[in-house]
Order: sequence, then C-alpha cells, then structure tokens
Amino acid sequence: MSEVKDIVVKQPKESLFSKKNKKLLSDPLNDANPITVQVLGICSALAITVQVEQALVMSASVLFVMIGGNVIVSMLRNVIPSRIRIIVQLVIVASLVIIVDQVLKAYLPDVAEKLSVFVGLIITNCIIMGRLEAYALGNKVWPSFLDAIGNAMGYAWILVVVAVVREIFGSGKLMGFLLFGESVGSPDELGAIYKMGYFNNNMMILPPMALIVVGIIIWVQRSKNQKLIEEN
Amino acid sequence: MKGLHKFLDEKIAPPFKEGGKLRKFWPMYDALETFAFVPGHTTHKGSHVRDGIDLKRTMFLVIVALIPCLLFGIYNIGFQYDAILTEAGRIDWLGESRHATWLEMFIYGAPMVLPMVIVSYAVGLGIEILFGIINGHSINEGFLVSGMLIPLVMPVDCPLWMVAVGTAFAVVIAKEVFGGTGMNILNVALTARAFMFFAYPTKMSGNNVWFHTGYSDSLTAAASPNVIDTYTGATPLGLLVDTADGATLVEVITNKGGGFDFSLWNSFMGFIPGSIGSTSVLMCLIGAAILIATGIGSWRIMAWAIVGGALMGGFFNYLGSLEAFADNLYLDIPWYHQLCLGGFAFGVVFMATDPVSAAQTTRGKMWYGLLIGILAILIRTANPAYPEGIMLAILFMNVMAPTIDHYVIEGNIKKRMKRAKLAIA
Repeated sequence: MSEVKDIVVKQPKESLFSKKNKKLLSDPLNDANPITVQVLGICSALAITVQVEQALVMSASVLFVMIGGNVIVSMLRNVIPSRIRIIVQLVIVASLVIIVDQVLKAYLPDVAEKLSVFVGLIITNCIIMGRLEAYALGNKVWPSFLDAIGNAMGYAWILVVVAVVREIFGSGKLMGFLLFGESVGSPDELGAIYKMGYFNNNMMILPPMALIVVGIIIWVQRSKNQKLIEEN
Repeated sequence: MKGLHKFLDEKIAPPFKEGGKLRKFWPMYDALETFAFVPGHTTHKGSHVRDGIDLKRTMFLVIVALIPCLLFGIYNIGFQYDAILTEAGRIDWLGESRHATWLEMFIYGAPMVLPMVIVSYAVGLGIEILFGIINGHSINEGFLVSGMLIPLVMPVDCPLWMVAVGTAFAVVIAKEVFGGTGMNILNVALTARAFMFFAYPTKMSGNNVWFHTGYSDSLTAAASPNVIDTYTGATPLGLLVDTADGATLVEVITNKGGGFDFSLWNSFMGFIPGSIGSTSVLMCLIGAAILIATGIGSWRIMAWAIVGGALMGGFFNYLGSLEAFADNLYLDIPWYHQLCLGGFAFGVVFMATDPVSAAQTTRGKMWYGLLIGILAILIRTANPAYPEGIMLAILFMNVMAPTIDHYVIEGNIKKRMKRAKLAIA
C-alpha cells in the first residue's frame, strides 16, 4: 500500500466550484441529459407525468435517492469489492428508496397513492444505477454529489415539462388548478372554452403521448444542438 | 397549355429561382408547377427506367378512386337525417310533408363534408409547405391523398378544429418526423383517425356522433325546429352491445334498431350510419376497380385481407354456434356481413394498400393482407370497445410490414443459396 501512495501525484487542490465541477452540474441539463440524450429512466417519465404534482414529488424523490446513493457509494468506493458492487449499490439504493417511500406515505399520502409502485421502482431507475456505476464508483465525494444533483435536475426538468404539457392539454389543469373552468357537468357549469366546443385531449393522459412529447423535446433539442445527432 | 407553361416559366418563376428574391418560397412555386405539368426530371445514375406517371399523377388517380365514396358519403348524411325525421314521426322536409329527394339529401350533406375537406387540406398542406421551406425541399405530394382520406374517415358530427388538430398531429408525427412522403412508417390518415379516436373519444365513437341532426337557424344557441336534440342511434357494431338479453341477431339487425335497417343489402350499399365515406362497400369496390385497373393499388393485399377477414369471421361463427358462447351476439354476425360493416372495405381498399406503409414483397403482401383481415375482425369481435378494428389492425401491420419483408427476403436468399450450393457440388 505504501508504494501506491508514493506514486500518486499530488494534484493542486480544486476549488469547490471549478469549471470542471460546474460542468458536472450543467452538462446533464442539456448535452448529457439522462432522458433525452442517454435515454435512461424513460419508464418513470411515461408513467408519472400525468400531473405536475406527481412529477415534482417524483423528481424530489429521485434527487434525494441519487444524492444519497452517489455520496455513500463514493465514500465506500475503495472498500467495495468490485465483484459484488452491484449488490452493494442495490442495498444502498433500496434503503434510501424505502426511506423516501415511508416519508411520502406519512406526509403526502395522496401523492404517494398516485405514484403507487413507481416510488419503489426508483430502485430500478437506470439513471441512478448508471451514475453509481459510471461516476460515483470512480470519483471523490464532492464531485459525486454535484453529479447527482446535475443528473437529478436533468431528469426533473424533462419530467416537469412533459407533465405541464400533459396536464394542461390532458385535463385542463395545472398543479390541480382548473385553468379553463369545469370540463364536465351541466352546460351552465362549464368553463367558457368548453362551452365553445373545446375538449380536453384524452390521448395526453395515456402513456403513449408522454413518449411523443419526450420525442418532441428530443427533436427540438437536437435541432438546436446539432452535435447530439447520432450518425448511422 | 404551352402558353401557360411559358407564362409560368417566364413571368412567375424568376424570383423563385436561384438567387431570386423569393428563393425561400421555391417549394411553393415548385408544387404549383409540377402539379400543372409533368416535371422534366430525368434519372441521373444507373439504369433505372423512369415511369411516365409520377407521384403527383399517381396520387391524383387515388383521389379519383375516392370520389365515389366522397359523393356517396355526402348523400348518406342527408339520407340519415331524413331517416331520423321519419323515426321521430315527422316527415317534414323543409316544412313540406314529404321525404327528401336524393338531390336534396346531397345538398344537405355537402355543407358538412366540404368544410372538413378544406380544413384537412389547408392544415396538412400548410404544414407541408412550412417544412418544405424550412428544409429547402420541394413540397411532397403525398398529402393529396391523405387530405381526402382524413375527412372520409371522420364521423359527421366531428368539429372542424378536431379535424385540424388530428391532421396536424398526423402530418407532423407520422410523416415529417420520419422524413416526409415515402418515409412514413404509419398510414398518415389512419394515424389522424387513431389519434382522434383516443384523444376525443366522446366525439369519435359512441352512439350519437354518426348523425347530423339538423342545422341551427343562427349562431345563437336557440336551435331551429328542424334540429333534433341529442338523437341517439347506435352503429350496428355498437347496437349489439346494448341489446337486451334473449334477442337473436336477426331480430337485432332487422328490427330497425335505432331506426335503421342494418340488413346485408343496406350495409353493402351503405345506407347505414358510420364514418362519412366508409359506409358503402359498393363505392369502395368501384374505387378498388379503379386502383387495380390503373395498377396503383395492390390487388393481392385487398384479396388476402378479405380472405383473412372471412376466415376469422367464419371461425367466430363456428365459436358462436357452440354452447359456451351462445349469448355472445357478436359471434353470430355472418362472416360475409362482417366484411360489409364498419370501415372494413374502405380500410382494406384505400388504407391497407398505401404503397409506402404496406409490405413491398409479393409474398409479404400476402401475409400483410391476410393478417390485416384476421386482426380487424378479431379486434372488433373480441373487444366491442374498439369497433374500429380495421384501423388498429392496419396500423399494427404497418409497423410489422418491414419485419415481414425482411423474412421474405431472408427466406428467398436461403433458398437461392441452397440452389447455388447444389450447383457447385
């Protein structure tokens, strides 16, 4: 062990928000977005984006699990035997998810009920395992922490954008607030635009439309940022 | 004609040509010129033979084939309205105590259908022009047919803005995203129909969207006495769901359920409620004859789809004759009647044969058609909530078509390799 220590070249101490560290935060928001570029975590993006509230709670849960997982794995990275690392990571993530699940059930029972199995399924969210494998296992705690925040936020903004589109056009609401007035009921109770013959788009509530909305985001992003376009 | 071409070339064209002021809008000019005159393109490489009939003229022939369906659809709206009046015990066409003549029925239907056609073309071509200008390519003529198909598969009662939304969705998501005409995986018109079916179910299916129940006198909410409020009448496929237990199929169909006679003759001729252009099997057959005679539509796909539908219908008839399924009226519809109901004929003739999204190989076309027929009747019969079985069947097989072609080609290669090896040995 002592020999190894000698070889390590002492690097100049990096500032907490050096350019490299800032990139860890900003890249996942755009160029390396987990959903639109790496195409990970799609399942939950389709399942829980019917309402903005669900998307926000889900994003917060993923943020928590991701930070916890990345930091813990990063701290343990030198003692985890590589042959059983997946199991160790799973145990860590699963424990964190159970905490989230219990907290949601205790304080936000309504949302927890709507999210149902998808909170538990955070364990299998490819973004989390992906970042643990690809980043936390090989990097120090602080950069891992930033990486977790960056990726969770990259995941979150896509989720929220999709949810906003789906909730406005699918149920005429935003955060549960009726934007255009009542959409069902007797003619007198209806909102003005429903009286004129407008209908909520039921397709928006179905998962396929989430896929199409994500696809449109990918389309817009790649037409602005041409270097993301894959060659084939 | 020559004079017009010269006029186009010399007076209109210059600003659109390379370096001209309106270069950006070249696609619009190009669309106009190639619509009026066969373009003088020649093939540059290889030994391809260029057919004299180009895409625009192909598309135009399909529209010609669609005209019988369109005209009958317009007429049928008036016919159904007259039937509703009769049903309500008010034989009073325009205040006189008589039935409408066929011309009056036709005139009655036109103001419902023509705006849909106009909206569908305006929205679709608008988006095509937009994409043409942005991407700098000429405008694709594929929409000429889709624009006519979309209104024909809509219920009469469909609001125009829904037609616009559905058309826009289909053109952008089903076509432009994949690279425009000739690149689409799904049939564009059916994508519009499917989108609207799932997006606005109350306006696209159910019992009260298939009729036009009279025009209001003015824009005020007060309806004219000719408007029959909330008329409900089932389509034949929907009718069976609501039928009381114990009724036999023959009773249901000929009992003028909801005021309509869904006998085999009426279903074949098209005097039944349904999507605007797809009720009449006879008109679809005329269209099919035009498509087959001009070599545009594949007779193989049509024929095999009918075989598939007949097989599946026959199978269900057999099931229906069994004790265990005795109370399922759907199974009792004779297979030949199944083929005449709903949009089966229309879908098979005009949608399944879409040369872009169908299978390309000869043997592939057989499987493609056969499976469309089987799936259409299967979906319709097994899940009464989806009476539009043919729509879902064609879309599903659109997705499967490349796979079918792949295996047909693989099989062919294998066969030939075997032969080649034999020859060497």
